[in-house]
Amino acid sequence: MALLEVENLQTHFRTPDGVNRAVDGVSFHVNAGETVAIVGESGCGKSVTSMSILRLIPEPPGKIAGAIRFEGRDLLKLSDREMRDIRGNEISMIFQEPMTSLNPVLTVGRQIGETLRLHQGLSRQQAEEKAVEMLTLVGIPEPRRRVREYPHQLSGGMRQRVMIAIALACNPKLLIADEPTTALDVTIQAQILELMRDLKHRVGAAIVLITHDLGVVAEVAERVIVMYAGKKVEEAAVGPLFNNPKHPYTQGLLGSMPKLGSSLHGDETRLAEIPGLVPSLKAKIPGCVFASRCPHATDLCRQVAPALEEKAPGHVAACHYATKEGAIAA
Amino acid sequence: MSAPILEVSDLKKHFPLKGGLLGSTTGYVYAVDGVSFSIEKGETLSLVGESGCGKSTVGKAILRLFDITAGQVVLDGKRIDDLSAGALRPMRRRVQVVFQDPFSSLNPRMRVRDILAEPIRNFGLAKDGKDLEERVAKLMDTVRLPRDAVNRWPHEFSGGQRQRIGIARALAAEPDLIVCDEAVSALDVSVKAQIVNLLQDLQQELGLALLFISHDLAIVEHMTHRVAVMYLGKIVEVAPKRSLFAAPKHPYTEALLSAVPVPSPGAARQRIILKGDVPSPINPPKGCRFHTRCPYAFDRCRVEEPKLNHVATALDAGHVAACHLHDRPDAENPLAVAKGAALVAA
Repeated sequence: MALLEVENLQTHFRTPDGVNRAVDGVSFHVNAGETVAIVGESGCGKSVTSMSILRLIPEPPGKIAGAIRFEGRDLLKLSDREMRDIRGNEISMIFQEPMTSLNPVLTVGRQIGETLRLHQGLSRQQAEEKAVEMLTLVGIPEPRRRVREYPHQLSGGMRQRVMIAIALACNPKLLIADEPTTALDVTIQAQILELMRDLKHRVGAAIVLITHDLGVVAEVAERVIVMYAGKKVEEAAVGPLFNNPKHPYTQGLLGSMPKLGSSLHGDETRLAEIPGLVPSLKAKIPGCVFASRCPHATDLCRQVAPALEEKAPGHVAACHYATKEGAIAA
Repeated sequence: MSAPILEVSDLKKHFPLKGGLLGSTTGYVYAVDGVSFSIEKGETLSLVGESGCGKSTVGKAILRLFDITAGQVVLDGKRIDDLSAGALRPMRRRVQVVFQDPFSSLNPRMRVRDILAEPIRNFGLAKDGKDLEERVAKLMDTVRLPRDAVNRWPHEFSGGQRQRIGIARALAAEPDLIVCDEAVSALDVSVKAQIVNLLQDLQQELGLALLFISHDLAIVEHMTHRVAVMYLGKIVEVAPKRSLFAAPKHPYTEALLSAVPVPSPGAARQRIILKGDVPSPINPPKGCRFHTRCPYAFDRCRVEEPKLNHVATALDAGHVAACHLHDRPDAENPLAVAKGAALVAA
């Protein structure tokens, strides 16, 4: 049994001008100890998916339907109290903004200790000891001094390390990281990615990584889910997804990214553009969600939504024309 | 290429730190501390570096959004850093800017027509009302937006479309140089490609010079001619694109290249992970500013600040770097060989 099974997740928001189908029928699973990335552009529903797993969506205006089974228990059926026992304990989360997601008036030690005292009933003293241990684990120098400092005394990279320390304090089985390095500089991003890889080996938690950066995906993920307009359009192991993408959207995304080192080969071709814009999620789209921007779209695509189909072992895509060879039939 | 459109020499900008009871100056932030470079007509020079390295401050200094502490900014042969507000006005037209955030850089209470007409009016470029209308319509064509969209408000557009409006506004003044301060950083991948392509097309059509300020090395490599790398208020390396990416000659550039995540899973590449954070620009390290994080630092780096010197490379063409390693014999210089391909797994 998979650690986490998400089945037909639908997270809709009621707005004055219609229902916004932010996530519209997404299914996937995460095995114990595995790193799964969810990629897509702004508004594709990747963050809403992660927030839905922890039930952090305000209801109303939001509404979560489907099933989210964590170790066999459907999280959507738990009481608020039972859910609180899971958050920060068995499933924890790292947010994008290390500046705003820490409490500015509490010391770092208090914030790491909070989950430990709540979930594991440690005393204040024990919690501080454990906080020092956690800061050491995430590679913060002088942890004894730092544990008594406030977030503003730390740099962005160190704050993100503190966030990771908080998230890992209770030894979660699943860690959801929502754009964990997007706000960081590239040399600091490299440090944090290295830390996440290293901790994964040592702690063994499964990771759901939410990101828009395909470079970060290639570096840390084992399996990748590509989302577009609230739907999963492709899923594969990281190698096949980058080397042999099946869905035209994934192909477009990869083609529109300049590759570092392009000048060395002299292949500085014009970047491929994906024309047009992401469709509004408020109108029901009859056919394929990508049809309006797809270079291969036909009438079939505009009328009938393609189902997710296995195009190669372990490689699914929602496209009428993606063949098993990976070529698009004209 | 012809004479430089912009020459910056020994530019310094120190921001005073106010503190104490009477608000006296207690120190300075050495945001930009002696930076020199030039941009040719029709050329793109990219300024790269991490947050706080002073790259945006350089951009703002060129736009004269504040007075500089020391140094010179020369636009097309004329010094502009000491001009009075009145004398500066005609020069202001020639340098325009595109900002990072397309949401906050357009006035939400102005229609697109008025946003684009403002610079045309300010600089008296239109002969009459009809000419003004025509210029606005042409600008919309230039940035590939429908002409009838001029009556709409900024909030009716997506991020990418707004950035097109921002570019049109910069073009309205018919500038020679556009400062693009992280102009594509806030955009999604697919939209980013559209704007990058547009900027490249415009440069070709109009012969614009661009100062492209960015932290995204892959985008920079794609669209620039030359690159200047900044660290803690100083330029540490300047080189033509190919030379820089093939054979970085400063340890910081090398680390930056190796740190960029590349979209090829399992690629074998040399990885240099820098320790620690960028030191504070209030109290920058003595000697070479990078020595606190440099994997190759030796005694001389801690005491003597290296100057930008010419470095011989295979593609030898105006490659300069500020690093003491290049005074050592090749056997003791880890940057003597071209490592670019191994760093970026190309």
